[in-house]
Amino acid sequence: MGKTLAEKIIAAHAEDVGEVSAGDLVTVKTDVVMANDITAPIAIESFNAIGVGEVYNPDNIMLVPSHFAPNKDIKSAEQTRTLATFAQDQALKHRFQVGRAGIEHVVLPERGLVLPGDLVVGGDSHTCTYGAVGAFATGMGSTDIAFAMATGTTWLKVPETMKFVYNGKRQSWVYGKDMILRTIGEISVDGALYRSMEFTGPAIADLPMSERLTMTNMVIEAGGKCGFMPFDDVTEAYVAPRAARPYTPFYADDDAEYVSAHEFDLSEMEPQVACPYSPDNVHPISQIKPEKVDQVFIGSCTNGRFEDLAIVADILQRTGREFHPDVRVMIIPGSQAVYLDVLREGWIELFTLAGGAVSVSTCGPCLGGHMGVLASNEVCVSTSNRNFRGRMGHRDARVFLVNPAIAAASAIMGRLAHPDEL
Amino acid sequence: MKLEGKVWKFGDNIDTDVIIPARYLVTTDPKTLAAHCMEDLDQAFATDVQPGDIMVGGSNFGCGSSREHAPISIKGAEVSCIVAESFARIFFRNAINIGLPILESPEAARDAQKGDTLSVDLVGGTITNQRTGKTYQASPYPPFVLAIIDAGGLVPYTRNVLGIQISG
Repeated sequence: MGKTLAEKIIAAHAEDVGEVSAGDLVTVKTDVVMANDITAPIAIESFNAIGVGEVYNPDNIMLVPSHFAPNKDIKSAEQTRTLATFAQDQALKHRFQVGRAGIEHVVLPERGLVLPGDLVVGGDSHTCTYGAVGAFATGMGSTDIAFAMATGTTWLKVPETMKFVYNGKRQSWVYGKDMILRTIGEISVDGALYRSMEFTGPAIADLPMSERLTMTNMVIEAGGKCGFMPFDDVTEAYVAPRAARPYTPFYADDDAEYVSAHEFDLSEMEPQVACPYSPDNVHPISQIKPEKVDQVFIGSCTNGRFEDLAIVADILQRTGREFHPDVRVMIIPGSQAVYLDVLREGWIELFTLAGGAVSVSTCGPCLGGHMGVLASNEVCVSTSNRNFRGRMGHRDARVFLVNPAIAAASAIMGRLAHPDEL
Repeated sequence: MKLEGKVWKFGDNIDTDVIIPARYLVTTDPKTLAAHCMEDLDQAFATDVQPGDIMVGGSNFGCGSSREHAPISIKGAEVSCIVAESFARIFFRNAINIGLPILESPEAARDAQKGDTLSVDLVGGTITNQRTGKTYQASPYPPFVLAIIDAGGLVPYTRNVLGIQISG
């Protein structure tokens, strides 16, 4: 019997094991151990409690201040300082500072720090994003991260794998975001619980890396442990010029064992909207009431990349419109590299003249941290990944998750809108 | 180890944003976090919960972010254990790692009502509902997980693995 991507990459990292199958419990070597300003402080506390003194490998630990950075208050300042001090004391090779970094899930792939065939554990649930470049990457809590920092290893249960096949030609204004929202809508928020999700099919072959990253980013929203895009020319073209070290692509076997297979026809898919209060409450935009909008957020580890902001710039340039005067439009590049590219394109001026508020890179509003917290009963259209109750602010605020084009159209119209309406 | 406590009943897909909203993640102190535990869903919980009480959830309990603050806030509220139909993967690991007992039993979780008293035998993995008299067997833990529980959490387990002696 053939092997899935999860089985192959885990086997390649397992100690004293030739091959592994779904259900096996194994100890594996890690290539990258990541944490952010919320999860790292507890990980560092646990690491110190273990008492090992020095980290196992200072070259593979990456501590990224992203959530409440730039520091939103004194307490968050103490937390980011904990990261910086630890990185200096332990002589970590890779340093991430405000102004030079951004959101970990945008920064690490962009710098070639997570690579095909890697095994990555991260103190952030959206660590699964790195499956777009062919890494086995999964989110863990802080104490698990402390274990990985101390030993260079972690324990895993080899997941079963679900296969998702996307056929047909994509319609205009439909992106990877719509494909993953539709998928989560079909299988629900626990549809992939403990499992790996392999994405494949003709429509995936055509998908650019930015949209692949959007899809694997939201694997956790279906309960998934990890997700994978196939390694192909798109992967190679993205990874090769960035790779900070050698890498090994893996391929799923044709006769690999999948617990289920799900097919989607893109020729019939329109832009999708996840309505409050769950990422699986997904409906086509044509079936959504055009609600009045108080805030639009364009950014996050889901849709904060250059190509996402290019969609917004294109809509503004094509229509010559401004954002609606009653709407707060927060536009936050996912990394400082994205910020610089956007600046060079002249889009910071474009967004600002249209009435948008462009910020330094941060997770900020996605988790109700800062830079766009919602008041009671406010409505937000967001390109981020979660719309749980209280996620972006007040418990009674309501968040609609969409792609960047729907977000831009809604920001212009002041209500949930399709770009064709402009 | 035997536990007994009153039931706080919650539904399916209880996410970590409602267990402890991100706005409180500027501290790691269990008591401070406990004061806001579940407040966006049930404002009475943090004030009325009694030491030893038991949380009961539906499927996918603890879904969403990887924040260990979620089980820490529940442990800080002195909840003795969580019984659910199923747990989200990261939450399951986090709870075990910090020594918060969690038991998976779809039937026990479905049958329990708010205010019921449950008796839980962590060694045998049994849950008894004192109102109905019915006893349920929870899903067994995998061997790795048992080793972590036996050590008293992942930090002491890691010390054992690395052969580090605790001084003092």
